[in-house]
Amino acid sequence: MSETVFPNQEQASAPLQAANVIIRAEKVEKFYQQPSQNRIQVISATDLAVVPGEILALLGPSGSGKSTMLRMLSGLSKPTAGQVYWHDKPIDQAEINVSIVFQSFALFPWLTVLENVEAPLQARGVPADERRARSLKMLDTVGLDGFEAAYPKELSGGMRQRVGFARALVVEPEVLFMDEPFSALDVLTAENLRSELLELWSKKTMPTKAVFLVTHNIEEAVLLADRIIVLGRNPGHIRTDFRVQLAHPRDRKSDPFTQLVDYIYKVLTRPDDPASEAPGQHTAPQVRDQRQMHYQMLPHARPGGIAGLLELLIDKGGRDDIYRLADDLAFEVDDLLPIVDAAQLLGYLTVEEGDAVITSAGEEFANSEILRQKELFHDAALQHVLLLRQIRRALESKSDHSVPEEFFLDMLDEQFSEEECLHQMETAVAWGRYAELFDFDAGRRRFVLPDWNDEEPVHTEEVH
Amino acid sequence: MKTPPLGRTPVTPPRSRSFLIDAAVSLVLLAIFFAIIATGRYWLGRPLPETNISHSISALPLYAFYSCVRIAVAYLLSLVFAISYGYIAAYNKRLEPWMIAVLDILQSIPVLSFLPGVMLAMMALIPGHQMGIELGSILLIFTGQVWNMAFSFYSSLKAIPREMIEATRINRFSPWQRFWQLELPSSAIGLIWNSIMSVAGGWFALIACETFPLGARNFRLPGLGSYLQAAAFSDPIDGHALGWGVATLVLIIVASDQLVWRPLIAWSDKFKIEQVESSRTITSPILTLLQRPSRVLALPGRALDAVSERIYQRLSHSEQCRVVHAMDDETRRKNMLVPGLAGFFAALFVFWGVLHAWQLVQSTTWHDLRTLLTAAGATYLRVNASLLIAALWTIPVGVAIGSNQKLAPLLQPVTQLIASIPASAFFPPMMLVFATIGMGLGWGSILLMLMGTQWYILFNVIAGAMSIPSDLKEAAMVYKFTRWQRWTRLILPGIFPYLVTGMVTASGGAWNASILAEYGLLGNRTFQTIGLGSQITAALANNNFAALLLATVLMAAIVVTTNRLLWRRLYRLAETRYKLEG
Repeated sequence: MSETVFPNQEQASAPLQAANVIIRAEKVEKFYQQPSQNRIQVISATDLAVVPGEILALLGPSGSGKSTMLRMLSGLSKPTAGQVYWHDKPIDQAEINVSIVFQSFALFPWLTVLENVEAPLQARGVPADERRARSLKMLDTVGLDGFEAAYPKELSGGMRQRVGFARALVVEPEVLFMDEPFSALDVLTAENLRSELLELWSKKTMPTKAVFLVTHNIEEAVLLADRIIVLGRNPGHIRTDFRVQLAHPRDRKSDPFTQLVDYIYKVLTRPDDPASEAPGQHTAPQVRDQRQMHYQMLPHARPGGIAGLLELLIDKGGRDDIYRLADDLAFEVDDLLPIVDAAQLLGYLTVEEGDAVITSAGEEFANSEILRQKELFHDAALQHVLLLRQIRRALESKSDHSVPEEFFLDMLDEQFSEEECLHQMETAVAWGRYAELFDFDAGRRRFVLPDWNDEEPVHTEEVH
Repeated sequence: MKTPPLGRTPVTPPRSRSFLIDAAVSLVLLAIFFAIIATGRYWLGRPLPETNISHSISALPLYAFYSCVRIAVAYLLSLVFAISYGYIAAYNKRLEPWMIAVLDILQSIPVLSFLPGVMLAMMALIPGHQMGIELGSILLIFTGQVWNMAFSFYSSLKAIPREMIEATRINRFSPWQRFWQLELPSSAIGLIWNSIMSVAGGWFALIACETFPLGARNFRLPGLGSYLQAAAFSDPIDGHALGWGVATLVLIIVASDQLVWRPLIAWSDKFKIEQVESSRTITSPILTLLQRPSRVLALPGRALDAVSERIYQRLSHSEQCRVVHAMDDETRRKNMLVPGLAGFFAALFVFWGVLHAWQLVQSTTWHDLRTLLTAAGATYLRVNASLLIAALWTIPVGVAIGSNQKLAPLLQPVTQLIASIPASAFFPPMMLVFATIGMGLGWGSILLMLMGTQWYILFNVIAGAMSIPSDLKEAAMVYKFTRWQRWTRLILPGIFPYLVTGMVTASGGAWNASILAEYGLLGNRTFQTIGLGSQITAALANNNFAALLLATVLMAAIVVTTNRLLWRRLYRLAETRYKLEG
């Protein structure tokens, strides 16, 4: 029943084979407690799965919580809500086998290179001879043969990160986590290490089954990853999740590559727009935008006010400075702005450099007579306002065509404070009534479909 | 891909050389072994609280040896206590604020105030042997050494970079491995520097810890401090013995600086967390000598390795080493039984103590209180005066030395050394000089305080001047700063954090010094002046425990309040506005 209320979900691709998933995060959220008793949500409810055989890149601007996500998935941080599973066991009880390569290398300056690499094996109780042999072999693999007795201070940045890799891989982890591993290195060294990593991965020289990479470098993600997840912020959430199906070795200058980079760039620079489909997706795209339930905040303006503003604008020739408008009307600018916002939301005007400019739709609206205005408002409201659309759909799909107010208040509650929820509902009711989208029984606090019998058919969309 | 290795290639010296080192080290170990036996025999002997201190010079080596033993044992105790205390405070969120507050308070209580409690307790614990009295004296020295080391360990733990801690967590280090491979090494530098200061403080308080009145008796333990005091107190003053005693003291300080501290500081370079090669490296020939491969020195390493292997293998089966525990998991209920019980007993102890203390001070009158408050005011003014005078000369001199590239590396260790020499050894002769020229101890004590504490400010200012980045100096040159501008815009802000550290240490040192500077026993006479330090010492000498308690509380209150109101604010300023980001 509730499925039909929500807007269309893109068809998910073939369901993940549950048995194969190594790490699964289920509706994990992270809140940080401020000393002022405020809770800041760093990551909103997110689902994520790490499956074997792929390099997964988490890409996002700073503040999107990607490092927090990495720490939750590796067990270092406990999610405030939700649960992380390792092979279907809760991660804080399972004996997991993961490693992390850190941005700042995190080597111990007072231990030699060999001792640094041996340390995780020491923690696992591996005897001294075997430890030494395995560490030496791993140092050889990463190209540091001969540096066993050196101290990290004597090494360059690239070499230190190689030690970081050696230390991470010597325990043969099932999942290798990397937290911006190449950001502290110069361009050439980073490039070198990236190709070596790919070599180790493709030749299956490391028994690692999956790699989880966090980065803010778009090209790096497209170069390395088989699957990219783009995070948005405020609070952290998944904006898009798609596969990269380019063959290795990937050519930075090739068309598919640059197309993907452009696409990701667009997604990152337009944080408020829903992400479109990624280019080059051969299978059904897994665009699961988990922020479908984002309600825009309805500006508190009455339809009559919107109509009045538009008429005034036409008088002024279709364009006027907002402050001057306010002056003319003897309004405070703060009182005028909600009306301007509402009109903008409905597509009736745009704001360009402090001026309100009426659109053609707005002109049509302002010049129509009252009934036609209602029709236009009806269409515009359904098109642009999520809440009204949902209320309408809910009413249509229910057999008795009535839905309690509580239902939508609950959903608004996730986003707004209690007071604001009520205010939003008030405005929505006012607009809905004006547009004849629905009726509201204030006594029983229920939405009902308007009675069709004594009205001309307004729009062909609603059918019993 | 293969580049020639950049690491140091160890050079094996010819066989004969390493044999020499082996022989030397074995001799030293043998000497230590015999020393332990001799000390043991002395400690287990009959208790002798009032030994006759000989004035002859031939007794000096033995006395010096006894004093060294006391200070060494006190230092080892302080190290263990400081690490335990700091560890608990750093990792137990609930106890942390309490423990740090307690540390703050205890740090501001002068050593002598602990004397009655500690001595009586130890003598009651081990009545039949000399060891009881010795332990009392050792614990007294301990109370002067331990607090700053505890604080240093605690702040080092809190300053460990987050990613290193995460590396130990994700690799499932046991707490044992984490301690030896992360926590102790990262605090090594702080602990070493604080150890130097603690041991210096120990020597400073030595006289008071070896010769003191308690109850009906005058305790005199065989040692360098008693020797110096006896020489100063005899009538007429035994200048010959005094001179030799002071010379021995200086010799011990210099020797320990060269043989122990300098190698430790040079070795501690290895523990620096910032991964930049530091420009000034302190070298120590002793350290280079000890770092050559030697069979004897390798023995303990090999034995430890075998033991640690077993430990690691056993630990790897524990739950800590198999499951990754989240770092911010606040829902895990920590076992509160032991801390709860400890807290309960501590509260009980405090309650009993307060009750006793209240009974004790019932006898004081308003007159007494007024005397105490005046005394406190006097000492407070003296401390501030000495700080001001010290700052006035040490800042220009320190900046001059620090800015001179050639002089600075030479003079800085020298000033450190001078700071380690306990000024208290020179108080008796200085007091005599004051008496001769007719300067009252009221003014003289300021000079005495200066003698003890100005070096801390000096060597900190030198360090600060050395650390002003050269590009800032070049900017000042290019923009043709006037002298006033250079001082107010570049130099003073640049050395500010170091200056604050120096001033805090000097302030604490001055309060400590007031005990010995305002009250002196000399040539069978008593010199004293109005001051809190002299109140405390006099109270002890007259067995007036009530006055001792009140004076201690007053001193602790003043120091803690100054700490909170003044020094903390300055530290915060130093950390935010005046921090030179590398």
